[in-house]
Amino acid sequence: MSSSVKMGLIMTVLAGMAGSLATAQDLRGPETFSSITNPSERSRALFVEAGRVIQHPRCLNCHPVGDRPTQGNDGHPHSPLVVRSADDKGAIGSRCTTCHQNANYEPSGVPGHPLWHVAPKSMAWQTKSLAQICQQIKDPRRNGGKTLAAIHEHMANDSLVGWAWMPGGNREPAPGTQAQFGALIAAWIQAGAACPAS
Amino acid sequence: MSITLNINGTRREFDGDPDTPLLWVIREDVGLTGTKYGCGIAQCGACTVHVDGQTLRSCSAPVSAVAGRQVTTIEGLSSRAAKAVQAAWVKLDVVQCGYCQSGQIMSATALLEKKPKPSDTDIDHAMAGNICRCATYQRIRAAIHAASAQLAG
Repeated sequence: MSSSVKMGLIMTVLAGMAGSLATAQDLRGPETFSSITNPSERSRALFVEAGRVIQHPRCLNCHPVGDRPTQGNDGHPHSPLVVRSADDKGAIGSRCTTCHQNANYEPSGVPGHPLWHVAPKSMAWQTKSLAQICQQIKDPRRNGGKTLAAIHEHMANDSLVGWAWMPGGNREPAPGTQAQFGALIAAWIQAGAACPAS
Repeated sequence: MSITLNINGTRREFDGDPDTPLLWVIREDVGLTGTKYGCGIAQCGACTVHVDGQTLRSCSAPVSAVAGRQVTTIEGLSSRAAKAVQAAWVKLDVVQCGYCQSGQIMSATALLEKKPKPSDTDIDHAMAGNICRCATYQRIRAAIHAASAQLAG
């Protein structure tokens, strides 16, 4: 076997490994956790798996603690400077829709969705532990008055949440699919909606 | 399929690719070159126009997004706030090289049309997306306050 053929085979194997690493972004389904017989323990494990989506940059960037959203996988401040304003859709003269249209716009790389906005302050996730986020998600005083069923509906079917899996450009999508994420949240609720300790 | 546009009160038909940036249509098809190309990625604000009274970066919007909506470019500004802004810009000699100023005036006008007495913070937030390489920012802020005073008088 010539050295060039060997190198070709090595590159093929390496490419295959890279493909495997990419699929590491898959989510584990609820059935993966069925062997955990204690419902609370199973519920916590399900939420930790769902937390891989919740704490992914595609979700965290628009759940800022302050007034300014972040961007990128490193969560750098949104450029240009934008602020949430009273309706979470930007300041006068610099609304979200000044730049973000109804769909991702590949010629400029600017992402878009008809409902583009940042999450209300009470739903801030940045800098918080998964346990804190879990308690917050369940708290009607901080989750927009939602029941657990409404939380599931939001996570599983809201189209702006769904943007996280279709972010366009070179943005990394959230792990798995929205359907898989919704199934995890449903199973978490069914098992008691327990929160992780940390 | 043709897209019907309204630019500065004039109805126009566009027969090209619906994904074409609005900026190209304004400049190349309609021939209104006051709206500038700066960065092409919604980072500098030179291409700012108004759509139904709100600012929009025309480099980052497909022409199909404004079908049936009212587009206003720098050439079509005519509101009371716009006239106050233009007068203040001249009075304070805001412009240096001038390339960004169409976008600056579009954003300043949109601000004053919604908030005739803006604070410095309102101005900073409204204008943050409009970059000026000549750094005329202090004169821009002063001119917006001057236009506001004129509107109040």
